[in-house]
Amino acid sequence: MRNWFKTDAPWLWMNAGALSLSIIMVVGLLGLIAVRGFAHFWPAEIVTTTWTSPSGDRQAVLGEVTDKEVLTAAAAREAGITVAEGERFVSRYLFKQGNRDFGRDFTWYLESQLDSEWEKPREAIMLERREWGNFYGFALEIKEDGETVASGEQVWPELLSRLSAQYTPLEEAYDIQRQRLDDLRKEMDRHVLVASLADGRQVQLPLSMIVRATRPNAMSLAEKASYYTTRIIEFVTDYPREANTEGGIFPAIFGTVTMVLLMTVFVTPFGVLAALYLREYAKQGPILKIIRISVYNLAGVPSIVFGVFGVGFFVYFLGGNIDQIFFPEALPAPTFGTPALLWVSLTLALLTLPVVIVATEEGLARIPRSLREGSYALGATKAETLWKVVVPLATPAMMTGMILAVARAAGEVAPLMLVGVVKLAPSLPIDGYAPFVHLERKIMHLGFHIYDVGFQSPNVEAARPLVYATALMLVILILVLNLSAIAIRNHLREKYKSEAD
Amino acid sequence: MHAQSTTFNRPGTTDMNNISNTDTQPSGNTRAHSIGTDIFSDSVTRDRKLADETITLKVENLNLYYGNEPALKNVSLDLPKHCVTAFIGPSGCGKSTLLRCFNRMNDLIDSCRIEGSITLDGMDIYDKLTDVAELRRRVGMVFQKPNPFPKSIYENIAYGLRLQGVKNKRLLDEVVERSLKSAALWDEVKDRMDQNAFGLSGGQQQRLVIARAIAIEPDVILLDEPASALDPIATLKIEELIHELKDRYTILIVTHNMQQAARVSDYTAFMYMGDMVEFADTNTLFTNPGKKQTEDYITGRYG
Repeated sequence: MRNWFKTDAPWLWMNAGALSLSIIMVVGLLGLIAVRGFAHFWPAEIVTTTWTSPSGDRQAVLGEVTDKEVLTAAAAREAGITVAEGERFVSRYLFKQGNRDFGRDFTWYLESQLDSEWEKPREAIMLERREWGNFYGFALEIKEDGETVASGEQVWPELLSRLSAQYTPLEEAYDIQRQRLDDLRKEMDRHVLVASLADGRQVQLPLSMIVRATRPNAMSLAEKASYYTTRIIEFVTDYPREANTEGGIFPAIFGTVTMVLLMTVFVTPFGVLAALYLREYAKQGPILKIIRISVYNLAGVPSIVFGVFGVGFFVYFLGGNIDQIFFPEALPAPTFGTPALLWVSLTLALLTLPVVIVATEEGLARIPRSLREGSYALGATKAETLWKVVVPLATPAMMTGMILAVARAAGEVAPLMLVGVVKLAPSLPIDGYAPFVHLERKIMHLGFHIYDVGFQSPNVEAARPLVYATALMLVILILVLNLSAIAIRNHLREKYKSEAD
Repeated sequence: MHAQSTTFNRPGTTDMNNISNTDTQPSGNTRAHSIGTDIFSDSVTRDRKLADETITLKVENLNLYYGNEPALKNVSLDLPKHCVTAFIGPSGCGKSTLLRCFNRMNDLIDSCRIEGSITLDGMDIYDKLTDVAELRRRVGMVFQKPNPFPKSIYENIAYGLRLQGVKNKRLLDEVVERSLKSAALWDEVKDRMDQNAFGLSGGQQQRLVIARAIAIEPDVILLDEPASALDPIATLKIEELIHELKDRYTILIVTHNMQQAARVSDYTAFMYMGDMVEFADTNTLFTNPGKKQTEDYITGRYG
């Protein structure tokens, strides 16, 4: 045993073990996010059964089963559930019943109080709506101006054809003119779906309120798959509805990308110039050493501190003064003196500055002296040598710095909440109206969206799958940003490859 | 062989001011002589007199210190125009340091301090008013390891001209072609001018660097062990090139290879521990060295 410890083997095992553990953890994290995130879009089946309340009332239950929980009897009693003596465990189901306008959405039902027979009626429909979340029920008839135009078997095909026929032009018209949309809406309001709830109540739903109608139980696997793809695409390209718990996350993706790109535009020149000065021009000595240590330590400052600084300096001081000087007519309503995209990007740029400086400095230090001397020997000045020989060779290193900066910036949330990221931005920061890039607008951000949807939402159960889906999008986005930056860097490396590399 | 007498500029060494001719060699010099004749078997006209030459670079009482360490001790030297002068000596003797004084490359080293003067055609190159960039345009340099820029072959040659603001494409093309032809590289690279210079072999890279140096038409070219990283064939090409270039340029070459010094140079300076021990025409120095140290070195007894 002692001999074994003296060999390389224990170290080898330790290192390999640590590496495997890290890989397993990364794979596990990504796997969890991916499974939960992607599962959100798969159409769940609608089940119906009957629930007997403790007082003996019977009530029909219709919806998706989203969770099952097994509680110990003690925990259940604590939660106010009456449990028969002798029972050690109780299990309960969480039903997503939708119909927030007609009843309760997410509800826990004890297994013992539910009928054991569960049905999956083919006729059960699930409607995605503009308001009030999903609707679960059965289609009965379609009315046009109060007149029944379809009932019984014809309702479903009629509903689908009417939805696609009238909704598609509506969607296109949305961008062109709002007025026409409103007209169409009024037109749409003439069409009403009469549907029954599980308990037999009949309700009327205007077709214009319905985003999509599905009958999950009647779907074949292929239909489910196509539905799944559509929903993923919608999730990425749509605007959020219902306090971010429904719809897509496009503004958040757009905001995150815009913010990161703008941050890169700010941080790269500053970081590169600072590194050039530190490495090439400044006199190496104790003062420079202190400056360098300070810069490196800046990377370790908690990010929320940068957020506080951003609010104090950028928003109130800089923004306030800009308003005083350039937009006095708008006061007291602030133009730039309020959290905005510009301040978000600047705060992040400050946060990632040390990363870029350190990476660029390393790159500059690696340029062989012989190349500089070759340039000097041809009569180049220091500046000419720097810009024509040294800086091009150091670009891959600068790109490395940028990649690290982007990775850090895209994942940062805490400071952004203070300087310009909001849960719902009314408009995108870049649009078709002059000056096209609106730096003074607030933006949405994927990281903040996760926090908002997951923990600030009025409807936590509805939002939970979205948390995973959004997290997945954030991870994918950072991956895409990094991969493209790495591709550019490798291209540059190839271009400027030298014997030093 | 005929008698010759060369004047030296080495202050403080009166005994060295005259070198006797080959007919009156000191005893014990036979070995050097035999090596010498061997080396010179293929030489053309080697017998020159420093007094007959036009002097272009004049070094006077040059002292150089790295921090407090002296690297060059009171060196004085007159270098003739349009000749090849070789600097030989053991490692660390200061020959590269001296070479780098001619284009003020030592300015890049913070701890380096220089006393004395060097004049190029009468201009004091260490004068405060001297434009260092302009000086380096007149005194080109080629380094021990080939150091092409990470650019295309064409851009490597055009670099110096572009620095001077030349934008005329025709002129650039012309100079690039002429320089590459002068450096005997044109035929090998004319079809791939746009390719990265790192794709060339070591020998080609070194000739490219020489072409880059002569593209800006300097007066003097400094070669710091230009062939030490090359194979014998590439070395031969560089030596042929030096031979062709000396009609137009003053060439100073530092080398560890004594055969090379003997083959390519008209004059040779032997340095030891920062001292300029002996400076004479190559023929004399190798066949009839005036100093024991020189003789020991060229016969391989030390260094």
